[in-house]
Amino acid sequence: MAISEGKFTIKDIAEKPDLFLSGHRACAGCAPATVLRLVMKATRGPTIVTQATGCMEVVSTIYPYTSWATPWLHTAFETAGSNASGIEAALKILKKKGKIKNEQTDVIAFAGDGGTFDIGIQALSGAVERGHDFLYVLYDNEAYMNTGIQRSGGTPLGASTTTSQAGTVVPGKMENKKPIADIMVAHDMPYVATAAPYYWKDLIVKARKGIEVNGPAFLHVFAPCPRGWRSEPSKSIELTKLAVETCVFPLWEAVNGEFQLSTPSKVIALAPQKKKPIKEYLAVQGRFRHLFTPKYEKLLDEIQRLTDERWKRLLKKCGMA
Amino acid sequence: MKNIVKQETMGLNGDEAVAYAAKQSDVDVVAAYPITPQTIIVEKFSEYVANGEVNTEYVCTESEHSAMAACLAASVTGARVFTATASAGLALMHEMLFVTSGCRAPVVMAVANRALSAPLNIHGDHSDTMAERDSGWIQIYAENAQEVYDSVLQAFRIAEHLDVQLPTLVGLDGFTLSHTLENVQVLPDDVVKEFVGTRQLTNVLTHEGKTVPFKLDPANPMTMGPFAMPNYYFEFKRQQEEAMKNAFKVIQQIHDEYAQLSGRSYGDSLLEKYKLEDAEIAVVCVGSTAGTVKTVVDELRKEGVKAGLLRIRTYRPFPAEEIARSLAKVKAVAIMDRSMSFGGNGGALFSEVCHALYDLSTRPYAANYVYGLGGRDTDSKQIRKIYEDLQRIVQTKHVDEPIKYVGLRE
Repeated sequence: MAISEGKFTIKDIAEKPDLFLSGHRACAGCAPATVLRLVMKATRGPTIVTQATGCMEVVSTIYPYTSWATPWLHTAFETAGSNASGIEAALKILKKKGKIKNEQTDVIAFAGDGGTFDIGIQALSGAVERGHDFLYVLYDNEAYMNTGIQRSGGTPLGASTTTSQAGTVVPGKMENKKPIADIMVAHDMPYVATAAPYYWKDLIVKARKGIEVNGPAFLHVFAPCPRGWRSEPSKSIELTKLAVETCVFPLWEAVNGEFQLSTPSKVIALAPQKKKPIKEYLAVQGRFRHLFTPKYEKLLDEIQRLTDERWKRLLKKCGMA
Repeated sequence: MKNIVKQETMGLNGDEAVAYAAKQSDVDVVAAYPITPQTIIVEKFSEYVANGEVNTEYVCTESEHSAMAACLAASVTGARVFTATASAGLALMHEMLFVTSGCRAPVVMAVANRALSAPLNIHGDHSDTMAERDSGWIQIYAENAQEVYDSVLQAFRIAEHLDVQLPTLVGLDGFTLSHTLENVQVLPDDVVKEFVGTRQLTNVLTHEGKTVPFKLDPANPMTMGPFAMPNYYFEFKRQQEEAMKNAFKVIQQIHDEYAQLSGRSYGDSLLEKYKLEDAEIAVVCVGSTAGTVKTVVDELRKEGVKAGLLRIRTYRPFPAEEIARSLAKVKAVAIMDRSMSFGGNGGALFSEVCHALYDLSTRPYAANYVYGLGGRDTDSKQIRKIYEDLQRIVQTKHVDEPIKYVGLRE
């Protein structure tokens, strides 16, 4: 894990040509598009990308146009893991047989929360178990945004989506978010990390670590969707900072199963008074608007309690409890 | 046939014949998931891997859906790819079958034909592949283990042919072929190597005006499997159909080339006509049942009955014109379906053969016989009964029961 962060100064990044190009049709304020661009800044050489069906696939490859300046494959919703497996297996054997140039070619799979928490988890789990050498990047906007904001296993408790609507008797989604990154750590894989685009350098360095590590790597990136979150498009990146500061989405790495907090979260662990109340994060998103009415405000306490509990558990895993 | 290669006789069941053919074809990637009655194929291949007999990346996926997704991805990366499945496994691949043909990935697959649930049944019928007839895959059905071996070797050439570039499946009847030991003549490794060759890639024009191989290649970045709106999608599908039409000629050409090498041929590769030339009554079927039908035809011929058989070997693309020509002089024909098309007008084969006959000025009478579902045995007596029905139809000039079920308790 000896990645020199010095490699990724603003100057380095600005000078490196983009592999995810402008001209795509993502909405204003789309954090996933930023995430893709940042991750592609972390590549070390020839790279093949595969992507699950979802917003980022749809906005970037409307035939006959493409935003991808690197080989790119999409096949279906649940196949990011299995496609990466096939590409990696082919590269390995074709190189061995001398049918392609013997150079390091990296494989990156992108999928949203639907394609990862839900429909694609089997293919992802299988690919990781088999130990294929690839980086899987989950851009988590916490619902099926491409199809119109339906709830996923990544949607947090209390969020109103089009299939977990906040109504007169139901306060939005009644279930908690699946701890997907922990599930991936439990696969005994060499590298798992969480990242948020506000901390862009941390994100790029983690993506690079995931690329360089031998075997599968998983990067869970928090990526607000202003359409689905009913949030201000200009605040998408700041929202990811707030998610980290409230410990809704702490930043950490697990190298060979060993957890450690990343700096932005470590700061909070060392100075707990810096931890912001969850309300600050929820209040700026329309999907949680109903929680600020007398009828449902009790759920705010429950969300705070669950967030604290998860944070405490994480601190324990990081040896900082 | 003076250049026929000296061959070795091996005792192989259909599954082993598949695995042996795949081994000889120098496959780059195999991604597969086990399912009865295909399991011997993946086990045998694992044995080849374990003993260093193949130079193949073998990916044991966690489902058939992932197997096909991995195959497709490996194929568009430039690899020669093979997989095998059956029944529920093929059904689970359903989504990816269309994506694979749509991406023009020449994956080769063996399907040990088996019934679909429910009730759960592991035995042979054609429910699985017939349900995938519109998935854009070339479908070839074998009659015996020898043909299984020969067809798998040919399948790589067909699928990867630059005029085709379509995934191709070879169907072998579950247990009847997959698990039955037969004498199989196999070609020497070097002969197969030369026949199958290495995978060629289509050259495509990039937007920059460069001609580059169609694959995921960092030197020539290409976007594969994009999002196509109503203004482009239709043309993609039309091109797939064109490739299917091209496949007619390619399948025959490769079959003939193989016949020169091996001394074995299967009709004209699309259809096999057995004593059909002067036949008055005929059976149409696919797969291993043709063997039983041939025995019955021989018996009937001895008795002076002008019986014949038309075996459809290539079901996709469907050789409709040739079927019509072959049956034009027949007076009555029985079309045997080993799968149901619930609520349809008989089985799939029946519908399509009847459709093929429609434009003939004089058409034979046609009756549908659904048989052998879930592995139910169909014996020569039952086949004989079908021919007797046809004789009666010819005499009475009437089809009493257009759709009949063979060997069924009603």
